[in-house]
Amino acid sequence: MPELTIVQAVNHALRDEMRSDEDVVILGEDVGVNGGVFRCTADLVEEFGEDRVIDTPLSESGIIGAAIGMALYGLRPVPEIQFSDFIWPAFDQITSELAKFRYRSGSQFTCPLVIRTPYGGGIRGGHYHSQSPEVYFTHTPGLVVVVPSDAYDAKGLLRAAIRSEDPVIFLEPKRIYRAPKMEVPDEDYIVELGKAAVRREGTDFTITCYGAMVPIAMDACAKAAEKGWEGEVLDLRTLLPLDEPALLESVTKTGRMVILQEAPRFCGYGSELAAIVAEKAVDVLEAPIKRVAGFDTPFPYTLEHVYMPHADRVLRAIEEVMSF
Amino acid sequence: MSTTDMLQILSESGKAVRGAKLRHIEGRYIEIYEHMLRTRLLDERMINLQRQGRIGFYVPSTGEEAAQIGSALAAGKRDWLYPSYRMPGSFVVRGAPLTAMVANCFGNEADLCKGHQMPVHYAFAKQRLVSISSPIGTQIVQAVGTAMAQKMKGDKGISWVFFGDGGTSSNDFHSGLNFAGVWKAPCVFVCSNNQWAISVPFEKQTASESVAIKAKAYGMPGVRVDGNDVLAVFQACSEAAERARKGDGPTLVELMTYRRGPHSSSDDPTRYRGNQADDWMGRDPILRFRKHLELQDLWSEDQEQELVERLKAEINAAVTEAEKAPQPALETMFVDVYEKVPPHLREQYEDLVQHEGTGHEPDPDAAFPL
Repeated sequence: MPELTIVQAVNHALRDEMRSDEDVVILGEDVGVNGGVFRCTADLVEEFGEDRVIDTPLSESGIIGAAIGMALYGLRPVPEIQFSDFIWPAFDQITSELAKFRYRSGSQFTCPLVIRTPYGGGIRGGHYHSQSPEVYFTHTPGLVVVVPSDAYDAKGLLRAAIRSEDPVIFLEPKRIYRAPKMEVPDEDYIVELGKAAVRREGTDFTITCYGAMVPIAMDACAKAAEKGWEGEVLDLRTLLPLDEPALLESVTKTGRMVILQEAPRFCGYGSELAAIVAEKAVDVLEAPIKRVAGFDTPFPYTLEHVYMPHADRVLRAIEEVMSF
Repeated sequence: MSTTDMLQILSESGKAVRGAKLRHIEGRYIEIYEHMLRTRLLDERMINLQRQGRIGFYVPSTGEEAAQIGSALAAGKRDWLYPSYRMPGSFVVRGAPLTAMVANCFGNEADLCKGHQMPVHYAFAKQRLVSISSPIGTQIVQAVGTAMAQKMKGDKGISWVFFGDGGTSSNDFHSGLNFAGVWKAPCVFVCSNNQWAISVPFEKQTASESVAIKAKAYGMPGVRVDGNDVLAVFQACSEAAERARKGDGPTLVELMTYRRGPHSSSDDPTRYRGNQADDWMGRDPILRFRKHLELQDLWSEDQEQELVERLKAEINAAVTEAEKAPQPALETMFVDVYEKVPPHLREQYEDLVQHEGTGHEPDPDAAFPL
């Protein structure tokens, strides 16, 4: 079985879906000859030609708008937004159009497309190359929001997303794009959308996380284990729709909850998780819910390493919930 | 022809302009006239329904019938149309059932969109009339995407997209024309320049001498047409469609017309343009074409009376039929969000029914302000 990085897994998912379905097309900035600035679309234009791997003019709104028109017609476009920080010109197309076509037309018109875009910090890119925009999309009914955290999932989730009849925002954790390789099967498989994964089983506390925060949570749990506390790491994978049963099951089991997200704290995705647990399972909690998040500032350049949640900061939260 | 010259085939008096090249569509003249009149009468009836409080909102297109009908007639059956919200005539031409259009305005169970959208935001997939949204210009670049898909699939159809003069200021006008120019997309851009974007006149919308001239910067031809001359509209749109079908790329067609009525049923145009619309009452596109038919001995007062009565009866029947349908069932609020209803929506629906039942009545005092 080949060992791949997330970048390579994304590339293979695109390649395999394009081989099996000629309606799958890619469009975006620098996705063709250049193979994408992160190389996710490397070699695809050579195999599938310029009709299916399309270098577009520099307009995010244009890329998503044109992809919507292709999807309405019956293609399965996979547009790339080079950095999620540049997605805002397309926000109108995504929230007013993509997310609403099915609803506003009574399912006469649908948009099965996947917007791939790298998100998150850790590459010394300043705030225009580092933000985590997931909640802008999880707050929009009609969208599916997916964040893989490793190469196996990246390939399986992306293939599932491309085959989905619903529009998917596929946020790729660029900090771990080239993290240590893992075995990824060549054969056809998917990872079902809407299902979380337990990355580490534990009985004392639950950490909810996704994307690039998953390895941070794992590190923090390893440190907590040294103190005798066994943490459970719940990788949500799909943020919308949320795998609520998995969340409630884990928190019910452990009775303690640490929410980990890279995005700013206020009104972040974790706030929704806390609200759900507070509404539906407050009686199982043995300690207040604790959030570890980015600060409520723009993403800084020089002090990036301080801004981003790290294992020691998560450990501090674990200590608080364990010693309550 | 320069981009400020205006293509005209029929003068105001209904006579053919000297030297104008006529397409041989005389056989369709009566049909064209009927569509224009049907559109006018439908608009009048729907505005009345709104004034009576029977529908919540309406967008009239009075005075723009030639632009709507002439362009829709030039489109082929396989073509995709991305309409704007002021063109019921194009729906009429393409055979969208009147009953379904009226039901959309009632937002009831017979509405294909299940009451999910406000009135006039029609969607008719069978007629390849794409669902309309309210944000301005978003459809422009979508149509280019569809055109590219058609080209890729070897489809003989092309894409049409319709917008107003206000729409030419939108981001997606630029994206759309730019993408289409670069890609040589089989697409026709049709701007109904009715000179008003709610209260903002054309000269406050752009410093360009015309909309058509903007085409040059995107590497495509632009043509300005007398939008109240249905034959000129048909001519220009047909030529643009032929270019697209031949693989010669997109065209920008500017139809010069005038929004005689308010922006919508919630708008009072006397606040910003006084009685200016009166000047355009005498430049009626339907009257002009009728004069032409009369000059050709193709139309008489008797025929006119008979047609008006027939169309009114047809519209009345559609209204009666559409109005019979009840409100959409409560569960329709939760469908069409995703392909399958996800658990959290199912839970919200079940909670709603359990605690509030299913007997929700609309608030009669809620009125849309724009």
